[in-house]
Amino acid sequence: MSVTVEIGRRDDRPPVPPGGAGWSCPKCHQPADPAAVRANLQVCPACGYHLRIGARERIAQLVDQGGFRERWAALKTLDPLEFTDLETYPERLREAQAKTGLTEAIVAGTATIASVQCVLAVMDFGFMGGSMGSVVGEKLWRAAEMAATEGLPLVAVCTSGGARMQEGILSLMQMAKTTCAVDVINEAGVPFVAVLADPCTGGVVASFATLADICVAEPGALLYFSGPRVIAETTKEELPADFGTAERNLALGHLDAVVARTELRDKLANYLRLLEGGGTPERIRARRARSRSPRGLVDATARRAKALAAHARRPFGRGDREAVYTPQDIEA
Amino acid sequence: MGEEIERLSTRLKTLRHEKRRHDAWLTVQIAREKDRPRTREYIALLIEGFEELKGDRLRADDRAIVGGLGWFEGQAVVVIGHQKGRTLDEQQMHNFGMARPEGYRKAQRLFRLAERHKLPIFTFVDTPGAYPGIAAEEGGQARAIAETMRNMARLSVPVIATVIGEGGSGGALALAVADRVLMQENATYSVISPEGCAAILWRDAEFAPQAAEALRPTASQLLALNVIERVVKEPRGGAQNNPENAANEVRQALRETLAELVAIDPAARRAQRRERFRKLGAFSEGSVAGAVINALPSLSPRPQRDF
Ligand SMILES: [Zn+2]
Repeated sequence: MSVTVEIGRRDDRPPVPPGGAGWSCPKCHQPADPAAVRANLQVCPACGYHLRIGARERIAQLVDQGGFRERWAALKTLDPLEFTDLETYPERLREAQAKTGLTEAIVAGTATIASVQCVLAVMDFGFMGGSMGSVVGEKLWRAAEMAATEGLPLVAVCTSGGARMQEGILSLMQMAKTTCAVDVINEAGVPFVAVLADPCTGGVVASFATLADICVAEPGALLYFSGPRVIAETTKEELPADFGTAERNLALGHLDAVVARTELRDKLANYLRLLEGGGTPERIRARRARSRSPRGLVDATARRAKALAAHARRPFGRGDREAVYTPQDIEA
Repeated sequence: MGEEIERLSTRLKTLRHEKRRHDAWLTVQIAREKDRPRTREYIALLIEGFEELKGDRLRADDRAIVGGLGWFEGQAVVVIGHQKGRTLDEQQMHNFGMARPEGYRKAQRLFRLAERHKLPIFTFVDTPGAYPGIAAEEGGQARAIAETMRNMARLSVPVIATVIGEGGSGGALALAVADRVLMQENATYSVISPEGCAAILWRDAEFAPQAAEALRPTASQLLALNVIERVVKEPRGGAQNNPENAANEVRQALRETLAELVAIDPAARRAQRRERFRKLGAFSEGSVAGAVINALPSLSPRPQRDF
C-alpha cells in the first residue's frame, strides 16, 4: 500500500567486515574464515547465503581493475520539507553519511564490466534503507541520459526500502521521474539491465527497476511492493513462507533469472553483449572501437575520440566533481 | 523586557506550529470524509452520456478503478478514476478504492483507447493506496504500477489528473503522471499515509497528526512544491457540504486546463510532461562558485542548508 520503507533498521545480514576473528553464517550457522567469505564475494561458502553488501563493495566486485569512474558525486541532498520526526532529516542524513562513507544512497558513474563499457548505478541499503529521494532520482536520470547520449548500456543494482519519507511527496515523484528516465533509455535503443539485491521493495520495484529490458535478482533477495506486515495488517491473509523471495518471483514470471553473485559479473557482460548484438554496422564498429581500448570512453564519433585522448592522459579522471574508485580503494 | 519578548515569540512559534499540525490533520480527515463526493459522483455531475467500460482484457474487472467514455462540455473524453464508494457496501464492492494489478491494467488499456482515438483523458485520484494483498503482489502489482506510469507518460493526448480525496502513495501516482495535476482544496497527496509514516518513524501510529504535519500533504503545500498546478476551491467545510458547487469548481478548472493543453502540439505536450516530472525534486550541486538549487520552494525564511 505504501511505497516506502517498512523494513526494520536492524540489518540481519551484514557483510563480513575486514579483519575480524570468527564468523558464522546467519543462515546455516557454519563457521567460516572471514577472509574466505569476503573472497567468495560475501556469500557463505557453505550454504550460498548472500550477505548484504554496500555500493562500494558491489562496484569493486563488478568492475574491471580501475574500471569505475564516479559521476555526479557533487549532488547534495536538501531538506525541502524541513522534516522532523524523532530526529531531523539532516541528522539522519549525517548519521547515514558517517555510517556508510557515502553522500547518498546511490553511487553512479561509467564502468567497465568484464570489458563491456556501461553506465553503472548502484544503490546502498545501508544508507537510510536505500531510500529513493531527490538525489537518487536525479542520479538515475543523469545515468539514463548519459547512457542514451553516449550510446552506452545502463546497469542498475537496486536495493531499497522504497521512497524516502523525509522528502515527502518529492520522494514519491522520483518514481515518476525514474520511470520517465527509462523511456529516455528505451528511445535511444540502449540496453538497460537491473539487478535486484536484498531487499528491493516499494517505490523502486514499482518504477524504474522492473521496467528494465532484463531484470534479475540475487538468490534469496526479498522483493515486493507491499511488505508482509502491511499485508498481514490490512488483509489478515496468511503469507506463504517464501513470500517475496527472488525464487518465488522467478516462478511467478516476474524475473528473467536468479543469478548468484559469483556469476553476476559475467552474466551482466553477456546480457549487455547480446543486447548490443542487434545493432547497425555503425554500432558494431563503435563497439569494436571500444573493445580495442581497454579503458576510457571511446566511441566512433570524433567527440568520443577526443574524450579518449583526454582520458588516456589521466586514466583515473580528475576534477572536483568526479572521484575514482579502484578496487584497492574500495577494499581498503 | 527582552526576555518577555523572547518568551512571547517562542510561544507564538509554538502556537503556529500547533495550528499547522491541526490544519494538516483536519485536512486529512476531510479528505477521507465518508460523504465526500467520489469519482462516480463527479462523473455524474460533470460528464454527459457516460458509458462505463470494464475489464483489463486479461482476467478481471477491478472495481476499485472505474473508467469509460463520455462528453465533457461537448468534447468526447476518456475518464478513469479510483472509486472508493461512500456506504460500507459500496466501499466493500470497490475495495475502498485500493486497486489491484487488474485495475492498473484496465487503466492502461483505456489509455490505449484514448490514444488511438485522440481523446483527452481525465483521471480522478482518490485512494489510500494500491491493494496490499498476496494475490495482488504475486499478480505483479509493482510492475503494473510502473507500466501504468510509463504508459501515461508516453501519451500524446492531453491528460489532466485531479486529486479529489486521498492521494495515497504509488497507487495514486499511477493515475497522476499527467500534463497538469489539479487538487481540491481539502484533498491530500502523500508518499505514505500519516499513520504508516508515524508507525515507521515514530514507531507509534498515534503520532499520525505529527506525521501529517511533517509530510506536508495539503494542496497549498503541494502547490508550493510545484507538484500540482492548481488548487480547486471547495464549499466551506468540504466538498461533501455541496457536491454540485464542488463539481462546478472542478468543471471550471478542467475546462480552462483542457483549453490550455489542446493548444499545445502533441509531441511538445509529451515532452513537456516528461520535463515536468524530471524537474521535480530538491537538491543542490555544490561547486566552488556556490550551489545550484533545483526546484526548491521557499517554505520558510530559514536559509536552506545542504549536506
Ligand atoms: Zn551459510
